Amino acid sequence: MATYRARLGTTSYCFEGLGDLLAKASPLKSGDGLAGVAARSEEERIAARYALADLPLSTFLNEAIIPYESDAVTRLILDTHDAVAFQLVASMTVGEFRDWLLAYETDTACLSALAPGLTPEMVAAVSKLMRNQDLILVASKTSVVTRFRTSIGLPGRLSTRLQPNHPTDDVTGIAASILDGLLNGSGDAVIGINPATDNVQTATHLLQLLDELRLRFEMPVQSCVLAHLTNTLLAIERGAPVDLVFQSIAGTEGANNSFGINLALLQEALDAGRALGRGSIGNNLMYFETGQGSALSANAHHNIDQQTLEARAYGVARQFEPLLVNTVVGFIGPEYLYDGKQIIRAGLEDHCCGKLLGVPMGCDICYTNHAEADQNDMDNLLTLLGVAGVNFIMGVPGADDIMLYYQSTSFHDANYLRQVLKRPPAPEFEAWLARIGIIDTHGRLAPPGLAAPLLQALAQQTGDEHP
Amino acid sequence: MTRLATLPRLDCPNDLRTLADLTAARIGLARSGSSLSTSELLAFDRDHARARDAVHLPFDVPAIEQALRVRGLDSMALQSAALDRACYLQRPDLGRRLSSAGRAALQTHRQSQASSRSATDAADPDHASSRTLAPDVAVIVADGLSARAIHDNAVPFLDAWLPLARSQGWRLATTVVASQARVALADEIGAALRARLSVILIGERPGLSAADSMGIYLTYQPRPGRNDAERNCISNIRTGGLAYAEAAQLLTGLIVGAFRQGLSGVGLKDDRTLINPRALS
Repeated sequence: MATYRARLGTTSYCFEGLGDLLAKASPLKSGDGLAGVAARSEEERIAARYALADLPLSTFLNEAIIPYESDAVTRLILDTHDAVAFQLVASMTVGEFRDWLLAYETDTACLSALAPGLTPEMVAAVSKLMRNQDLILVASKTSVVTRFRTSIGLPGRLSTRLQPNHPTDDVTGIAASILDGLLNGSGDAVIGINPATDNVQTATHLLQLLDELRLRFEMPVQSCVLAHLTNTLLAIERGAPVDLVFQSIAGTEGANNSFGINLALLQEALDAGRALGRGSIGNNLMYFETGQGSALSANAHHNIDQQTLEARAYGVARQFEPLLVNTVVGFIGPEYLYDGKQIIRAGLEDHCCGKLLGVPMGCDICYTNHAEADQNDMDNLLTLLGVAGVNFIMGVPGADDIMLYYQSTSFHDANYLRQVLKRPPAPEFEAWLARIGIIDTHGRLAPPGLAAPLLQALAQQTGDEHP
Repeated sequence: MTRLATLPRLDCPNDLRTLADLTAARIGLARSGSSLSTSELLAFDRDHARARDAVHLPFDVPAIEQALRVRGLDSMALQSAALDRACYLQRPDLGRRLSSAGRAALQTHRQSQASSRSATDAADPDHASSRTLAPDVAVIVADGLSARAIHDNAVPFLDAWLPLARSQGWRLATTVVASQARVALADEIGAALRARLSVILIGERPGLSAADSMGIYLTYQPRPGRNDAERNCISNIRTGGLAYAEAAQLLTGLIVGAFRQGLSGVGLKDDRTLINPRALS
């Protein structure tokens, strides 16, 4: 294992291996403290950044932070690396790479061509040298567009996942939240339900409800029940109308095993989903969720910092051409991200790193009640990610998830961002919202006093069928 | 194609509040432009303020001990290795271990118990065997993530459960009142008290809908290193949630089952359906 050194004034700092160097260079996160890998002083943190800035990018192709022999994610990253695409930056150090990313000349086309040549460790490394504004600027130059029934990630657009969870999976309660979301213009990324109970029958039932709604109102949307991948595979076998295949993923083989998955299973799920041929304008259909700290909580972190491992999760994601990758940034709690400052930093890092790797990043901008954060911190991250060009965010009724017990962003929060940044939803969904009368020609929501045709139609149709 | 028919007829489609009766989710909120109206904003902030206060409310240990004394229960107050709330929130590992002072206090307690037992055993050897038996159940009352949940619910719950425990003839260890505690702290305490089983009453992570929810975790043969799959949980005990009497019945049934089967956790079957534990660890 190589040793990396930096000297600040009269003090020499020494870092044992790339993993140690990356961890010590990381902005302060409670989870890295919990893991015992964080810098022991602010000066040590900066010393690590000096050493990291001088490190040739190509080092990451020669020294694996988790051994190739013992980790399937490392093997995936190195085996699929595109050496030709990498040529563009092959001679740079990490510090020079940051400068290059910020240069006027480095544009969207450039970054898209480079993406397959970058490894998660490279983007994690450069992000540690970047201020929040750098993360925003660089991310805003990337573009990752994916399609199923809507186009997500187009320039100047913002999509939302409608998240209508219910503590007992009550179909009527879920339907009510879906309608409220649609009336607020939410749902063009996905209508995605976290089931309270992880069983195939419930998932199938909810999928049928979603498909019926979609067909009845001719909505250009995709649906998902966020069950474990193996349950979704069973639902597919039983003929359920599965649009997107969901799975939580992480950046090490061990953490993925703790989720009950491996790379072969992900491939099997992708193939099974594609075989259904349900996408109308594209076949991106995997929906992944991630979050800093998941590998440590599975005790499978190999003494690597949580942000680098998170970037490796995106390395897993991109192999399966997902429609959506969602970093659930503050869900894990204050032992990993202590306060609003750490949550905001992590959200910006995740979004930028994912986009540099060519992954369609969205963010569940969220926190729990025992974190030192509140809705104002979420407003800040929401606005920053909007400026950075995030593909999608969550739409949770009133920002309060009554099943998962945490606070996220509301339908209203998304509409705030649409107003201030002039970012309408995906074009297919926007056209539907206008056609059905939920928004007017200026993209404004119909006044609450006016009956939306959707609700009228529902009132009639449910009334017709009601005994 | 009748699933949507489960929705009630919306006679007044103008009124989104009709939908709001169908779920506890915050739907049909009044808007100004596309933003929340003032009343909706204040309602959310009120609920969040309650949750925040519950997380940071200081644990009133003397009041709990006083209430226990009134009920004829002796108690001792202990602290985890997490010295304050900020440390507790960032270092769950420290909340699962006793402070060194707490560990010493438990050891002193055990030695004094042992010496008083051997003294009385020597004086009255006929009844020695029953007195030297280890306690059946160690009860730990812990703040967890909501001291308010414990202030409001711990003593009323014990009032419902203690008669059931007595009717089963269970010997109770000294009740421990533990501050800055996580669930697994009961392992170290239960082991130090030589209890056959530990029961920890602990404040759950406050949500916006309820900031005062108490959970109970039961562990057979507690000792450091037990994992969550070896525990059983009863969740959401509060006014408006699971009633004290029902929770007391559930806990008694689980303890009877644990003693009978010699285990707790996923292997412990109970006829009654348990409420899913909420995230708190």
